[in-house]
Amino acid sequence: MSHDQPHKTTDDKLIYMANQIATFFKSQPEGEQVKGISGHINKFWEQRMRRAFFVMIDQGDSRFDPLVVKAAALIKRPAEVKQV
Amino acid sequence: MSLVPEIDYGTPASRAEKMVTLTIDGRDITVPEGTSIMRASMEAGIQVPKLCATDMVDAFGSCRLCLVEIEGRNGTPASCTTPVAPGLKVHTQTSRLKDIRKGVMELYISDHPLDCLTCAANGDCELQDMAGAVGLRDVRYGYEGDNHVKARENGEANARWMPKDESNPYFTYDPSKCIVCSRCVRACEEVQGTFALTIEGRGFDSRVSPGMHENFLSSECVSCGACVQACPTATLTEKSVIEIGQPEHSVVTTCAYCGVGCSFKAEMRGEELVRMVPWKDGKANRGHSCVKGRFAYGYSTHKERILNPMIREKVSDPWREVTWEEAYAHVASEFRRIQYQYGREAIGGITSSRCTNEETFLVQKLIRAGFGNNNVDTCARVCHSPTGYGLGQTFGTSAGTQDFDSVEHSDVVVIIGANPTDGHPVFGSRLKKRLRQGAKLIVIDPRRTDIVRSPHIEAAYHLPLKPGTNVAVMTALAHVIVTEGLFDEKFIRERCDWSEFEDWAAFVADESHSPEAIEKYTGVKPEDIRGAARLFATGGNGAIYYGLGVTEHSQGSTTVMAIANLAMATGNIGRPGVGVNPLRGQNNVQGSCDMGSFPHELPGYRHVSDDATREIFEKMWGVKLSDEPGLRIPNMLDAAVDGSFKGIYIQGEDILQSDPDTKHVAAGLAAMECVVVQDLFLNETANYAHVFLPGSTFLEKDGTFTNAERRINRVRKVMTPRNGYGDWEITQKLAQAMGLDWNYTHPFEIMDEIAATTPSFALVSYDYLDKMGSVQWPCNEKTPLGSPIMHIDGFVRGKGKFIRTEYVATHERTGPRFPLLLTTGRILSQYNVGAQTRRTDNVVWHEEDRLEIHAHDAENRGIHDGDWVKLTSRSGDTTLRALITDRVAPGVVYTTFHHPTTQANVITTDFSDWATNCPEYKVTAVQVSPSNGPSDWQVEYDEQARQSRRIVAKLEAAE
Ligand code: SF4
Ligand code: SF4
Ligand code: SF4
Ligand code: FES
Repeated sequence: MSHDQPHKTTDDKLIYMANQIATFFKSQPEGEQVKGISGHINKFWEQRMRRAFFVMIDQGDSRFDPLVVKAAALIKRPAEVKQV
Repeated sequence: MSLVPEIDYGTPASRAEKMVTLTIDGRDITVPEGTSIMRASMEAGIQVPKLCATDMVDAFGSCRLCLVEIEGRNGTPASCTTPVAPGLKVHTQTSRLKDIRKGVMELYISDHPLDCLTCAANGDCELQDMAGAVGLRDVRYGYEGDNHVKARENGEANARWMPKDESNPYFTYDPSKCIVCSRCVRACEEVQGTFALTIEGRGFDSRVSPGMHENFLSSECVSCGACVQACPTATLTEKSVIEIGQPEHSVVTTCAYCGVGCSFKAEMRGEELVRMVPWKDGKANRGHSCVKGRFAYGYSTHKERILNPMIREKVSDPWREVTWEEAYAHVASEFRRIQYQYGREAIGGITSSRCTNEETFLVQKLIRAGFGNNNVDTCARVCHSPTGYGLGQTFGTSAGTQDFDSVEHSDVVVIIGANPTDGHPVFGSRLKKRLRQGAKLIVIDPRRTDIVRSPHIEAAYHLPLKPGTNVAVMTALAHVIVTEGLFDEKFIRERCDWSEFEDWAAFVADESHSPEAIEKYTGVKPEDIRGAARLFATGGNGAIYYGLGVTEHSQGSTTVMAIANLAMATGNIGRPGVGVNPLRGQNNVQGSCDMGSFPHELPGYRHVSDDATREIFEKMWGVKLSDEPGLRIPNMLDAAVDGSFKGIYIQGEDILQSDPDTKHVAAGLAAMECVVVQDLFLNETANYAHVFLPGSTFLEKDGTFTNAERRINRVRKVMTPRNGYGDWEITQKLAQAMGLDWNYTHPFEIMDEIAATTPSFALVSYDYLDKMGSVQWPCNEKTPLGSPIMHIDGFVRGKGKFIRTEYVATHERTGPRFPLLLTTGRILSQYNVGAQTRRTDNVVWHEEDRLEIHAHDAENRGIHDGDWVKLTSRSGDTTLRALITDRVAPGVVYTTFHHPTTQANVITTDFSDWATNCPEYKVTAVQVSPSNGPSDWQVEYDEQARQSRRIVAKLEAAE
């Protein structure tokens, strides 16, 4: 992603946010890193965001920090889309 | 109803613990050592005549009216300056005293106009009262001689006479009525700390003067009103009193501007507000105020205030006034249609940090119980969400640890990224008072804020760091404390997890975190960091106050943790004078967070996935609640642009102006099918709204605000809502239209529901608040009196948690195209996005936002002071006028964002805090260049705004 342009799509932003979270936990003690990232995303990301996240993870999007990919195993998969 | 009584004891209370007993007029009275005889008398119910003394300032002893006789002592000492002593026998009324007092009064009156009947202070004048009290019956000296009263004498100008100074928009100074008691001068010095007033000349020639022969407006005066309050005569008088007359009743309420939460008496005549006077018993402000709360309430009757609901098909249509019923029915059917068409998660809402706790609670309840999702957020997202996260992680609770009184016990005060004299003025004044008493100050801020150097105050250290490097500097402070062994081992072993401390200590001790190592990117001199760290660790009670300059960064949450680490490492938690204190922006940011405004948290900071908590609410509300976190504001806007979020209910927030990356916000709003805005004015967000519901002001409803010290203050209705309804009633009607069975008849019932569901509010009720004045949460069985100071015997989370804080440079970097760093802030007279203050006379102090730029950077670009300049970032550009200053370092520029035309958020990017998405307002890489006028975007925006504010078909005409 070029830093001269504000990031554009929601997908770009999700990747950026996930990597930002990973950057913080990377500096924490080893045992807390993956748990920290997945816990954070489970706690704060709405289903739509996690849904889009998993679409990209499942496609093996290379822009994710490897630590995010590792944490994905502990992130809650959102429920199926349903109407009211 | 009547005026709320307040007793003037004449001199401030003594804090001594030792008690002294004496006899006054035959009555025994026991008071703390150091109390004046005047105050002791008043406590015994004996009012000694006085003019120059008042209990908001120290005694001066100049008027000689308060004389008393003391058995065994010669003469007639002034009771205001004479302290009590054991066994004294004092007489306050003897024939000798009576004669002297009459003589004194006669002299005063002989140089005072006798227009009492038509004077604005008639009925509220201490000179008048004292003339009555001493039994003055005639005045032997006329005005023939020297006087200050008459403009002309025998056809000639009287050189001693001075005209009225009416330059201040809110009060007048009429020198002809001045008795030169110097109460105003002392109030300005001691209470406000501005030192704007002096007594010029001597004896009969002496006169009060703002600054150096200036008028009030052009002097240093910040219009706090303390001098007006202190003045015993009509010399300094509110213009509103001159215009309306004296109030007949008053009601205690809470300022609706900033997070200090000052208590005021709203002084009324019928339903007309005569003036707002700070309440002496208000525990946040202790009788002081700032220009906003004291004077800037005129917006409530401003002609632009919208009083009828309005609807439109498309945002390009003009507004059409409708009945309330039509508006509710329309919103309810639109929201239900959208949910049917796009899914339950396609709508959401935003609660207001300006509205009451009760109103916020209802909005989140409407969303969770009525919309059936957790898509609720609040403007705290853009200011203090990292505080919640950072303090939650380290201490276990999302709030400041102290009360404001605590600062009176501090020895070293650290201020980070906050500008208390402008942003939180009354706290700023209380802080300055402590600093003048000798407490040391450390300021960490890219800009030289006023507090760094102000009258009788000089910061011991100012660390002018590059914007965006807070974490590096905070970690370097910790590095010094750890490597030099200045940490408080006993405290840490008792209160914190020792192994976590060891891990953290090893982390910060690394050479890469030393002040020397970080100098190249923080720009702070290593010896200053070392000095500041040593001072903080060893200087006694150390308190940290911080503001948006900490939170509004990519690493906002990390900085909050670094602050918490520092406080724990030095043992500065859990007693008066220390602590970690976020200075909250808006009046009820704390409250709106407490009340469950975040998409992942129910009231009381309990995660939506917690079954036990959901059950409490499900039982009470009779619905199933979602256990999935909802969307935050930026996520809502993203989802709107992506087409999955279509409707929003916004109560009292202006996200188009307050949120970053204006163009993205506009695109998100434009993509929605039903935007409902509830506010006082057609704010910027309303340009994109389909429904407008007129809101009410804090004067028009009952409720509570919670200030930055967790203090729950009552807001009391003093007039009928001009729009017809309080905001809580509007939300309730909307909920009813959506099929919810709500039947609140008064906000106290909402508070009862809050108390029943939220443990930290368990004992709070309106009756209890009436009894206590105010309480600080947690207020429950364990702490029935509330909690002025938190974490006294241990942290809320158990053991305090040290967390490693690695500095990560923001991606918002300068480069050849954008070589300067923009940081933003605010000023005293304006408030937030200025929707209210811009609609008051406060505009005389701040007509426009200016770009502060260092002379060096200005010169390079051929920019002169006052020139129009174009400010460009990666997101967009805007124009404003330059102000050349050395307050900012070369390479840094600064502006406020109080005026919509400036559109400072067109510039800000969508980078945000890693943990909370709090936008990175405080760092944007920009370029500045000369310009000749508004940018294309500004022109376009103005046109769109103008179009969008059209109103057709006034209701009366339509029916
Ligand atoms: S209004 Fe406040 S700042 Fe101005 S002169 Fe009076 S006390 Fe001082
Ligand atoms: S202006 Fe009022 S307070 Fe100040 S010296 Fe004159 S009478 Fe006293
Ligand atoms: S704006 Fe803040 S400091 Fe000023 S009066 Fe209101 S609450 Fe107090
Ligand atoms: S009141 Fe004591 S000298 Fe004026």
